[in-house]
Formats: sequence, structure tokens, C-alpha cells
Amino acid sequence: MTDRALVVVRAGALTTVQDRGRPGHAHLGVPHSGALDGHAAALVNRLIGNPPEAAVLETTVNGCAVRPRSTLTIAVGGAPCPVAVDGRPVAWGAPVRVPAGALLDIGTVSCGVRSYVGVSGGIAVDPVLGSRSTDLLSGLGPAPLADGTVLPLGAPQHVHARVDVAPQPAPPTELVLRVTLGPRDDWFTREALHTFTSRTYRVSPASNRIGLRTEGPTLERALPGELPSEGMVLGAVQVPPDGGPVVFLADHPTTGGYPVIAVVHPPDLPAVAQAAPGTPVRFVTIRRHQRR
Amino acid sequence: MRALPVGDSALLVEVCSGDEARALHAELLRRRTEGLLTVREIVPAARTVLLDGLDDPVRLASELTASEVPPAPRREQAVVDIPVRYDGPDLADVAAHWGVGEQEVPRIHAATEFSVAFCGFAPGFGYLTGLPPLYDVPRRATPRTAVPAGSVALAGPYTGVYPRSSPGGWQLIGRTDTVLWDHARVPAALLSPGTRVRFVPVGPA
Repeated sequence: MTDRALVVVRAGALTTVQDRGRPGHAHLGVPHSGALDGHAAALVNRLIGNPPEAAVLETTVNGCAVRPRSTLTIAVGGAPCPVAVDGRPVAWGAPVRVPAGALLDIGTVSCGVRSYVGVSGGIAVDPVLGSRSTDLLSGLGPAPLADGTVLPLGAPQHVHARVDVAPQPAPPTELVLRVTLGPRDDWFTREALHTFTSRTYRVSPASNRIGLRTEGPTLERALPGELPSEGMVLGAVQVPPDGGPVVFLADHPTTGGYPVIAVVHPPDLPAVAQAAPGTPVRFVTIRRHQRR
Repeated sequence: MRALPVGDSALLVEVCSGDEARALHAELLRRRTEGLLTVREIVPAARTVLLDGLDDPVRLASELTASEVPPAPRREQAVVDIPVRYDGPDLADVAAHWGVGEQEVPRIHAATEFSVAFCGFAPGFGYLTGLPPLYDVPRRATPRTAVPAGSVALAGPYTGVYPRSSPGGWQLIGRTDTVLWDHARVPAALLSPGTRVRFVPVGPA
């Protein structure tokens, strides 16, 4: 019997297992979680014939290195980075065969933040509430990778959607996020709303899978006091009293008490996952989608 | 009732009180069970219910604001008993806020029937209401970096039980061995919105 597993040789700064997350439990305080750049995760799965829900590795800036115990097909996408098998450069953004026992090294990104490593059969750690995602806020799912971690793999499914190479969007040099105002835009002064939608913020190094933090002009409130805790959505732009707007990402808390000035248009969120610290951020308002 | 669109696919419905939020939550669950509402998440909170993953939030907003929400039905489900050793480090501070003797805090707390208003903060953490407003207490001025799992704590109008060790600013009045969250168990959460709860004092006193 083949031993379908990956041995982690170099875990990297922060490498986690991610799939499409665990929706449906927000009322119990369970974050959605899942790959931050969902497009890239779906694409690496497609490149190697995995179903879209297969779990992949999400790296942070400096990649990771793993040694498969059996021969595999892999693909790396998201933030561009060097990829090597036993020290020989191989393709990024395309299916690559990795022989059993070889060292697959995912290098440091040339731009962007998070690279995604799809593996034929998918990472097969035990699911928790229907998902294999690591949730850094609540600690559900597998712990972030550590040197020596052994990850079980699923059986390849040979879905016939295999492609040789696929175009991927370049990580943003400037993040322009389309937002719809509300639900708590009335907690801010008219000047603050103007500032929010016209000035440039910068991505803070304190950003993580919970939220994209920004630095820039503060936003003055029209209403003092505290907002009772209320439910939060992915892409909510929360404004804490002491800083720039925070865009809630996959591991965000399900309820929160700071007013949400606006919500980011969902198609713009994968780019948020790839915005490095210092990247300029602008919020531009769009009209709420009109149906019929 | 105000229904505020949140992005393109969610709706935040705001009401005037915790009771109204509970009634609205019950009504939305009923509609979902009966197939009248398709939604991914229904998240009740202090004064709101969030509906996420809606096809047409604007239409639902006008539907909801035009409709009458019946009062929450009295739940006939069993009460969850949580045994507590009332020996928390903030017992004296809570007694001072309440203006009672320290030994009175467990008596008042354990005589109250609570219900879970909503969950959040961590998987399995319920915000329990039931104490009258005169027993509201502030959060601690300086949060603790680590509150032990099983701590029974108060803040504002709420009682909560920490499902696992985490930082926290609530006033700790006791501890329980009851497991609030176990993802290998079905259901994983002991408490969910609407669950009725009673705290049962256990020795040593």
C-alpha cells in the first residue's frame, strides 16, 4: 500500500491547511475560515484535477518545504514564488510531478503574500464541522504546520478538468476596494465618510487571517458610546476607535462591537489576501446591486 | 424594527430590546424550517439578528418590516444545569458592585434562570441573560491575559462560561468542569441561542 502523506521539512512563517471553510455555524461563534485567496486555492485544485473542495496549503511570504512519501502531482499558485524539486527549479502555476521522497520547496514570494500548494488527492486531515481549515481565531482545525508534521493525503480523483497552465491575477500594487456603505455609516460624521472614501490608507503589518488592518486618517464618529455586539460578515469594514479601518477576513469573529462603516464587494477580497504591508488601499463606494 | 442591508447578500435587522431580538430570531428560524427563507447564517446578537447569504436582502427587508413578529414561544426544552464552584477571584468585587455580602453572590446567581441570548467571542461561548439590570457589572479595567477554561464570569448584563483558556476582561465568580465545546460531540456546542441554563452551586463552599 502506498503511504500517501507529506512530511513537513520547513514549515515557513505560517503555513496552514485551508479549504472552503465551515459556513453555517456563525450563530455558535464559529468563524467561516477557509482559504483567504479563494480564487488561487480553487485554481491550484483545478490544475491537478482535484475537486474544488480539496484542502490545500496556504503559505505566508516565505513558503514551506515538504517531502511526499509517494509520487504526487502538485501545483502552486497565488503569490508568485520560486518552486523547486530536489533543488531544480520547476514551474509555478502549472501541474508538476514530484517523485516519492523528493524535496518540494516553495520559496519566498516575489510579490503578494500567500501562495497556495495543491496536492493531488488533497490534504486529508480529519475535518472539523465539515472543514479541514485551520481557524487561527478559534483554534478549530489542524494546528499551523510545524517542522516534522506529517499530513495525510486523500486518494487522487482524476477529475477531468486538468489544464496545463492558467493565467492568475498579479498581486495588487494598489488595493482598490469597492464598498457599499453601511450598515453603521450613520455612526460617522459626513467628513469621516468623505475621508474614508477619498483618502489613501496603507496595509498595516499587523494584518492577518482575521483582518486586513490599515493605517491612515482616523474617522470621526457622529455617535458616541458603544454599539451592542452584532453579527459580522466577511468583508465588513470595522472602525475601532484608535485606528484605521479593519477589513474582516476569513477567520473574523462572528460578532463584534465596533461600527461597520461599509462592506467590501466580495470579488475584491482575494486581492486583499495578497496585499503586502505598505500597499496603498483606497475604498471606493459602489451602489448596492439593484435586482430587477 | 429597522432592516439595514449589509453588502449585497446580508441584512442586519435591528429591534429595540433583547426580548424582541429573541422573538425575531425564533420567527426567522421558523421560516427557515418551513422552507420560507433561504439563508446561510442566522446570527442573533444583543439587539439585532444578522441574516447572511441571502439572495435578495432588499426584498426581505421590506417583507420583514411590513410583518408582525409574534412573541417568542416559551421553549419547552429541558434546562441545562451547570455545576459551579463559586470561588472566583472577582467574587468580592462583584459583591461590592451588587452591594451585597460575598456569600450572597452565589445565592442570587444560582437562583436565576438564564437563557442564551446569543453566542460569539469563541465557539461555544454564550451570552446568558436573566439577572435583573441592578446586577450589571462593568468589565475589569485591565483584562486578564489568560482566563482558565470553565471560568464563570460576568460583564454588563451577561453571564458567560469560557469554553477554553483565553484572554478576557470579565469578572470571574466561579468555575465549572462542564465541557462547553467539544467538536467531536454532536452537537459540539452545549449552549446555543435560546438554551435555558441554571447554575448549581457545588462545594466546597
